Amino acid sequence: MDDPRARRRFLIGAGTALASGAAAQVAQAQANPAAAHPANDSQTARSTTTPAAATAPAAAGAIATYELLSATEIAFYTAVADQMIPADELSGSGSDCGVVVFIDRQLNGAWGGGAKMYRGGPFRKAKPEYGYQLSLTPREFFAAGVAAVNRWTQATFGHPFDGLTHPQQIQALHDLEGGKAPLQGINPRQFFDALLSLVMEGFFADPMYGGNKDKVSWKMVGFPGLPAFYKDAALQFRGKKYAPAPKSIADFS
Amino acid sequence: MVTRLKEVDAVMVGMGWTGSIMARELTRAGLQVVGLERGPDMTPAEDFALPGIRDELRYTQRLEMIQDPAMETLTFRHRPSDSALPMRRFGSFLPGNGVGGAANHWGGHTWRFLPTDHVTRSHLVERYGASMIPEGMTVQDWAMSYAELEPYYDKFERLCGVAGQAGNLRGKKIAGGNVFEGARQNDYPTPPLTQNLSGEMFSKTAAELGFNPFPRPTSNCSRPYTNIEGLTLGACQQCGYCDRAGCEANAKAGPHVCVLPVLRADKRFELRSNAWVSRLTYDKAARKVTGVVYTDTRSGEEYEQPAGIVVLSAYVFGNVSLLLHSGIGEPYDPVTQRGSVGRNYCYQLSRFGVTMFFEDKYFNPFIGSPGTQMVIDNFNGDNFDHSGLGFVGGAIISCGHGDGRPISYRPTPAGTPRWGAQWKQATAKWYQHALTLGLSGSNYPNRNNYLSLDPNYKDQLGRPLLRMTYNFVENDYKLAEYCSNKAAEIGRAMNPTIMGKPNVRRGDYDIVPYQSTHNTGGTIMGTDPKTSVVNRYLQSWDADNLFIMGASTFPQQAAYNPTGPLGALTYWSAETIVRDYLKRPGPLVQA
Ligand SMILES: Cc1cc2nc3c(=O)[nH]c(=O)nc-3n(C[C@H](O)[C@H](O)[C@H](O)COP(=O)(O)OP(=O)(O)OC[C@H]3O[C@@H](n4cnc5c(N)ncnc54)[C@H](O)[C@@H]3O)c2cc1C
Repeated sequence: MDDPRARRRFLIGAGTALASGAAAQVAQAQANPAAAHPANDSQTARSTTTPAAATAPAAAGAIATYELLSATEIAFYTAVADQMIPADELSGSGSDCGVVVFIDRQLNGAWGGGAKMYRGGPFRKAKPEYGYQLSLTPREFFAAGVAAVNRWTQATFGHPFDGLTHPQQIQALHDLEGGKAPLQGINPRQFFDALLSLVMEGFFADPMYGGNKDKVSWKMVGFPGLPAFYKDAALQFRGKKYAPAPKSIADFS
Repeated sequence: MVTRLKEVDAVMVGMGWTGSIMARELTRAGLQVVGLERGPDMTPAEDFALPGIRDELRYTQRLEMIQDPAMETLTFRHRPSDSALPMRRFGSFLPGNGVGGAANHWGGHTWRFLPTDHVTRSHLVERYGASMIPEGMTVQDWAMSYAELEPYYDKFERLCGVAGQAGNLRGKKIAGGNVFEGARQNDYPTPPLTQNLSGEMFSKTAAELGFNPFPRPTSNCSRPYTNIEGLTLGACQQCGYCDRAGCEANAKAGPHVCVLPVLRADKRFELRSNAWVSRLTYDKAARKVTGVVYTDTRSGEEYEQPAGIVVLSAYVFGNVSLLLHSGIGEPYDPVTQRGSVGRNYCYQLSRFGVTMFFEDKYFNPFIGSPGTQMVIDNFNGDNFDHSGLGFVGGAIISCGHGDGRPISYRPTPAGTPRWGAQWKQATAKWYQHALTLGLSGSNYPNRNNYLSLDPNYKDQLGRPLLRMTYNFVENDYKLAEYCSNKAAEIGRAMNPTIMGKPNVRRGDYDIVPYQSTHNTGGTIMGTDPKTSVVNRYLQSWDADNLFIMGASTFPQQAAYNPTGPLGALTYWSAETIVRDYLKRPGPLVQA
């Protein structure tokens, strides 16, 4: 079941609602013991022992369903989103805010499938100033990136990324960001930058895309969202903070 | 199998600003006109509507309205000795697609070039001597003066309802406007937009330092306005979404609001969207084009549309590539410097400036429009003495807010991590308090920067992609450094809590981050067919019934954005076609 849609169909068919990364892994392990990600056998086995709290959304009882991501990927993105956007008094963690659902939808959608990209060959390695030059769609690139990071942390720290301690996760992210992580086939800095921008998009985009739950990031910075008719406020609030309760597209739909 | 259609009087290739204006002027003169547009048709009421239009992910990040590179893109390399690679995603610039063109998602800054920008080479030679022009800089004069083009600048402003403040009304200088501008016969059609705190702070300091701040002229109407076509524009809501999305208030000028309603109602005009022109048909011996060939992208059907006049209005890249695909004119060769098609490709310098933080000021960065900005022109063009500076050209320095959409706008002081606990605290803390002095600089041509066809990569019609050979040169780096430092001096005088480091421009051109969609050149105007593609009426030297519109005709790029001048040029060319060419078809200028 290499085709993600086949996996999704299976999960839907099995009536599986995924409550968390850990539960997803259990489902995945049961559904597909042969594992679509051979490099992660040890993780699939280990996942049953991962405490659910480590990955469960804070909003208790919230059920997230995924269109595309595998259990391994859900665990990975959850851990990454929660390091990039840690929970504090300003907001819940990245995954609490729906960032992983956002990633799932984006990678499964038109953008993830390579929309608005020129994909003709030949493909050649090039300096960053030439932009993205790989034949992979974002969906394929991110899948390859996650697998490569997990392989690397497995080899270095003995666990896939989501199984590392928090200081180890932070260290690993710094190594990726600084281009120091020796990933196989994947440019670590390129993957990190893509990951960071996807996570931030999820946190700050309109909530209808699955992230930014309850407009939490807009509240955090004081962005009013919609309808953005500021003609009068421009004068009235010049030099004064203008921070009405934010509204999103759904509030006007 | 190509289906041959009935001949029409004129055909437009591309229905953005220039195609729409030209089609309007020619139908007005009684011609039967067809407008071909490769992208879809759209209507503001449906496509620029609330609430969906306020979607940063869709429009700013995923580039909903931008040309699909899968269909057609460019290849790129820094220098003639490199091999080029395709731009697989658009980034540095974002060409439009669909009826209305890039104006559907433009910002709206609407400038007139300075009088000296019309005579770039002769002015420099006269003021400083020929040795001032660096080796390899193929800078040229425009083929008409500012004074000649003034009535057409005026007309385009009255089409758009530009909001602004005159600085030179018929020779009388007016404080508060741009005192460096050329004389204008009329003030702007609508007054400037309400400025934000940031614009006010900048203005105050700049004036104290002896500079001349003025509100940026912009096609975001400050109040409802009825234009020269009798069409009414709304008032700008200062929503902050202008520069990637359509305008639900009909306040941002564009073909859909300012021209197309009249054209669509005219029986002499026929709009065909999803009509992708692959080439022009050219009778080289007769020095005439005979029409165009296009593919209907909905059916795959190919058509030949014969026409008495062909107007290229397909943006810089479409104009240049269609000439090359059709064998019209001689392609430029950087080694011999022979040939004119593709020559003098220029861009605009951006991404330099300085960001500061003011702990106790609230800027509400999401409130505003491209017009809520104050500008100084003191370091633009040749408004300052360049003796001993080692570069020519200049930049405008501006300050204002209005694009505080949080996926893309999250300024934090230097040294802040890009993620994690500290990043989050800093983002929340500084979002309201950051202020940037932005610069936009001129970009003069270099013999090694040009457009040609790529030998390896093809578009969806199987044609070679256009290849861009482009990099910055020493003049650009020096200009950026000098002007950035001037901005930083003003910034420091504004007394910020945290002063950023001026962002100078070093290193090779990077096609990834957005810089501007102000590409120019490739089919430049001039007086000599050896070094230009069109004459002063934008008529091709190689086919007298072919007219080429847009910034591809600029010999070089000034610091200002190009749409004011290219709108003016379209009116200027149209008037000559109607007045002279239709009566006596043939070359309007003898080579
Ligand atoms: C984000 C953004 C912000 C901008 N802000 C400003 C600003 O503030 N101030 C300013 O002065 N300028 C600005 N611009 C630039 C401005 O939009 C352009 O200068 C202007 O729209 C150019 O008009 P045009 O008619 O030459 O080309 P376009 O508007 O690009 O129209 C060309 C049309 O031709 C069509 N076409 C191309 N090839 C073919 C073909 N082979 N067959 C059929 N049709 C074809 C295209 O689909 C397109 O619709 C901005 C641009 C962008 C993208």
